[in-house]
Amino acid sequence: MSADTPALRLDKVTKRYGATTAARDLVLDVAPGELLTLIGPSGCGKSTTLRLVAGLDRPDEGCVSIAGETVADGRRWQPPEKRRVGLVFQEHALFPHLTVARNVAFGIDRLPRGEQRARVGEMLDLVRLGHLAKRYPHELSGGEQQRVALARALAPRPAVVLLDEPFSSLDETLRAQVRAETVGALRETGTTALFVTHDQTEALSTGDRVVVMRDGVIEQADTPQAVFESPATRFVASFMGDADFLPAHVHDALLTSEIGVVSTVPGWGNVDVDVEVVLRPHEVALAPDPDARAEVVAVEYHGAFVLHTVRLASGSTLRSWQTHAVRYPAGTRVAVSVVPGIRPTLLVGDHAVSEPPR
Amino acid sequence: MPRSPRVRRPALLLASTLALSATVSGCGFLGIGGDEPGDIQVYSARHYDLEDAFVEFEEETGLKVDFIFGDDAELLERLKSEGDESPADMFVTVDAGNLWNAEEQGVLQPVDSQVLKDSIPAEYRDPGNEWFGLALRARTIAYNPDNVDPADFDTEDTYAGLTDPKWKGRLCMRDSTEAYTQSLVASLIDLHGRERTKEIVQGWLDNDVDIMSNDIELLEAVDAGTCDVAIVNHYYYARELDEKPDLNVKLFWASQDGAGTHVNISGAGITESSDAPKKAQRLLEWLASDGQKAFVGGNHEYPVNPDVAPDDVIAGFGDFTPMPVDAKAYGSLNPEATELLAEVGYE
Amino acid sequence: MTVTAAPVPGPRTRARRGAGSGRPAWSFVTFLVALVVASPVIAVVVDGVLNGREATMPRGLGGMVVTTLLLMTGVGLGTLVVGGGLAWLVTAYRFPGRDVLVWLLVLPLAMPAYILGFVFLSTFDAAGPVQSLLRDVLGDAVAFSVRSLPGAIVVMSLSLFPYVYLMARAALVEQSPTTYDAARSLGAGRRRAFWRVVVPLARPSLAAGLAIVMMEVLTDFATVQYFGVKTVSVGVYLVWKGSYDFHAATQISALVLVFAVAVLAGERLMRGRARFTQRGGRGAGLPAERLTGAHGWAATLACLLALAAGFVVPVIRLVGWAVAEARADPEAFVDERFGEYLANSLAVAAIAATGCVLLSLVMSHAVRIGGGRVVGSAASVTTFGYAVPGAVVGIGVLLVFAWADRALEALGVPNGTGLLVTGSVLGILYAYLVRFLAPAYQAVDASFAKIAPSMTLSAMSLGAGPLGVLSRVHLPLVRPGVAVALVLVTIDAIKELPIVLLLRPFGFTTVAVWVYQLAAENFWQKAALPALVIVAAATVPVYVLFRQIRATDRRDARER
Repeated sequence: MSADTPALRLDKVTKRYGATTAARDLVLDVAPGELLTLIGPSGCGKSTTLRLVAGLDRPDEGCVSIAGETVADGRRWQPPEKRRVGLVFQEHALFPHLTVARNVAFGIDRLPRGEQRARVGEMLDLVRLGHLAKRYPHELSGGEQQRVALARALAPRPAVVLLDEPFSSLDETLRAQVRAETVGALRETGTTALFVTHDQTEALSTGDRVVVMRDGVIEQADTPQAVFESPATRFVASFMGDADFLPAHVHDALLTSEIGVVSTVPGWGNVDVDVEVVLRPHEVALAPDPDARAEVVAVEYHGAFVLHTVRLASGSTLRSWQTHAVRYPAGTRVAVSVVPGIRPTLLVGDHAVSEPPR
Repeated sequence: MPRSPRVRRPALLLASTLALSATVSGCGFLGIGGDEPGDIQVYSARHYDLEDAFVEFEEETGLKVDFIFGDDAELLERLKSEGDESPADMFVTVDAGNLWNAEEQGVLQPVDSQVLKDSIPAEYRDPGNEWFGLALRARTIAYNPDNVDPADFDTEDTYAGLTDPKWKGRLCMRDSTEAYTQSLVASLIDLHGRERTKEIVQGWLDNDVDIMSNDIELLEAVDAGTCDVAIVNHYYYARELDEKPDLNVKLFWASQDGAGTHVNISGAGITESSDAPKKAQRLLEWLASDGQKAFVGGNHEYPVNPDVAPDDVIAGFGDFTPMPVDAKAYGSLNPEATELLAEVGYE
Repeated sequence: MTVTAAPVPGPRTRARRGAGSGRPAWSFVTFLVALVVASPVIAVVVDGVLNGREATMPRGLGGMVVTTLLLMTGVGLGTLVVGGGLAWLVTAYRFPGRDVLVWLLVLPLAMPAYILGFVFLSTFDAAGPVQSLLRDVLGDAVAFSVRSLPGAIVVMSLSLFPYVYLMARAALVEQSPTTYDAARSLGAGRRRAFWRVVVPLARPSLAAGLAIVMMEVLTDFATVQYFGVKTVSVGVYLVWKGSYDFHAATQISALVLVFAVAVLAGERLMRGRARFTQRGGRGAGLPAERLTGAHGWAATLACLLALAAGFVVPVIRLVGWAVAEARADPEAFVDERFGEYLANSLAVAAIAATGCVLLSLVMSHAVRIGGGRVVGSAASVTTFGYAVPGAVVGIGVLLVFAWADRALEALGVPNGTGLLVTGSVLGILYAYLVRFLAPAYQAVDASFAKIAPSMTLSAMSLGAGPLGVLSRVHLPLVRPGVAVALVLVTIDAIKELPIVLLLRPFGFTTVAVWVYQLAAENFWQKAALPALVIVAAATVPVYVLFRQIRATDRRDARER
């Protein structure tokens, strides 16, 4: 496998269950060592994608390759045990009849015994559970079980590890810590990982890239920054963090809306089109102004920030983060503007546009 | 360590149990090897004393007999489905209707034997020589002498006489699933026709007959006095007498001034598929002559061979006139009897 | 029990899918098993339809259908109340003798219905010792018949309740205390929590137990005959043996099959759409409350009553007869071939149990690793044999071999199958498989249902092939179900009579046949000893089952 062979490649993969298409024309390359998060609402196809990669389902069309080897296409199909794919589940799925060490050794039973022992030790050290090797799963805490599941999945050196909402069964306080340890272990071993989550913050903070899916289709696959700051669709914009949409107009490279001039749009010199502008709360600035026609309608205290909801003259609402020292009571008249330097995303229809539409 | 010994143990245990039990049961178990098969193989719906009779036959002739005991109808189906490959040489059954039916189904072959003709009265063997009756049983009245004056029985037609209201609440009989009941009713249909028989059975029901599931139970009920009159096979009475000499039950020969007491036969025939018909014929002839005592003795049945005397216990019951046995009628009327019983609600 | 939705979150339509997208070889084996097991039943039905003369349906078939329904309903309710109630009692409470009663209550399974029915009648009917005693005390007016539908319902409920008891107890032991506690904290009283939470969660297990009970009721001939209850099965025998019309009889057994389909459909319906897999393998069970004083002894008494009626009293009666027989005829008391008969019974039962369990494992596993709906249906087809009377299954086996014989001869094999089926015990084993795959599959499948699909997927992704997943993960995890299956089939097979009677080769006799030979001629005193041997032989697996139950309890206690 050369360095630029993707660890995982999906090429126009489609999967139907009866009348519903659970995955449609999925195209995705995952580079070796890359950590990809997969996010979307319930039923968006992320679990189907995992099942297709793991070999739990056959694609109806398209081709799945792992480390350069085609594992599923029209003719070929490799069963899960032949694919170099590791799996980590939300409910951990440790084998209750085996000790921690034997759970980890499960996938490497073809190695000579000495090597097995060494590898198990190495993996348990990686997740810092060497001292629990002889315990049974029911004697471990949830976090420890999670780490054993990871060690078990990594032991056979899989080409890619799939993690299916691995932290959602853990309680809030434990989750951040286990997540950090998991990501640390994946990075340390240079493992390629595909990681399903429903938590936007988790998706943005853990992945090298974020794949947003809806209705069986990949809406966007890009870096966390790009997904958050330049969402490709209206859905991505609203799903990945808070977003408000305002009708706007571009004329001679100038973007204007109800709140006045928003920004310039370089390269849109000779157009005169209606668009929508995507505004996130941290991009909206407020200033008290008794003459303004916009009014604060709700204030929510979030600790470091205070979220203000503002109703504009047209009745549209915008949200705005203010630092915790700033709090305008409901009823305050405010002037609304966009934080300087922001180049907000423009939508025509449901899709973001970077070029002026023809 | 890849494979936990904990995982393997049950499988091992399972396998060793299997191996052990197969060994314990001996080499004849799978039907390979084992004892030498006998010279004559018999399917029999009759079990009692047959084994001793066959041992005696082997001692006299040197011919070894194997037999399987089972249910009439089921053994017949087995014979049919085994076809030409059936190992059976002889089929022994306990009811004239079954003998007739076996002949109808074509599983028997005719035997031309003077010994059989001489030993068995014509009415107890097939005119076509396919089956031969070997033992007789009578189904008659048992009563509790404390509660019943035998002079009250109708001597002309005792079975029909039980419909008289004076017997109300005093009768007990066998259930309709029992071949004895069916065969008795079939013989009544043969005798009186369907309508009259229906009236008789209805009359029993009108007298609140208590229906029970076996003859011993009937006799015990009569003995206990919970029921005054029952219809039973004579040999169950003989057997109960063996066990309890002070049994408070007496036997009454039914319909002696009329058609006679209902009797039925056990008998046998040589199978169509037999590969040793000559040997089987020898066995059949022996059962009808020298072997009669061995065949009927322990079970207190009447020998069909008039030259052989009944055993002492049943000889003590006295002579009686049997109703003539018409196997064809018993067999062909049995379905109608079953239906009639269901129709009037005799359980 | 934690009720988790799907293994892999997703829309509900996908929740029921297995793991993996199908293994042709395993699916094929399942189809093959289904075909082999179903063919005797199919053969009987086809034979009946092809050869049936003008259908001589017995008069009063409608009445038989109604009687069958009444009997099934009565016994269903009876076993539900007795079996379910006792399971709740021994699980939710501690009282004197409870630890021993837990397993003793399974013992009525060891008592064949044909023995229990006779013993019950001879004990309680008008001429029996109980009513005689009553007459001595109360006067001669006491004489009533227990030979009735209610009598049959009582006896069958008493002999069949352990099926419901076993299944219900397993379900209750596995229930998580949190659901029950949650219900209590929401203001539900103990009784309300029982009806609203405990019972609904135990529903699938109760349904499985009831399904087995119903099938037993459907195929029973001995008890209903003793009690004069005309069910459809009695109709089969009446037409077959009373009218000499085997083909019409097979047409009626098709009617029995219709009942069986209804029972199985009812079971699926009762299971509902919910999935009852548990997180982490096993729930901790309900906390048992100690019953003290009168309450405790009342609970003990309730268990003892059920046990006495279904087991102890009949055993005492049998022992009494056996002793009387030994006194009367000490020499002929023990048949010299006793050992051989017993070995035959045990060997056939052991092989049948092993075979049924292995096939059940293969089928459950095939469904689990991704059979889909069709393979699942094939697997359920194999359970119909349990609803067909033994003698009819036996005939079906004969028919299948007769056809195979003709087919082979047509293909030029001289002699075809020869006398394979009745010349060896092969036919008996085959018929046992057809009859007893159902209880084995029910038990094994229930255990499989408790393994989270993610467990299977994890094993596969770690490189274990289908066989590896079976031996290294599924088999160790379904051991409780395998144990129950082995025991149920062993007991059933030791007790089974009509199949052996019909298909045995020369020289092959089991203890059940021995009992029948004597009982058929009404030698009940002579039959008492072999009947006790059957009971004793069936008690051994029950004891094994108890040890399994106790081990599970201990492990649960440890984990709690």
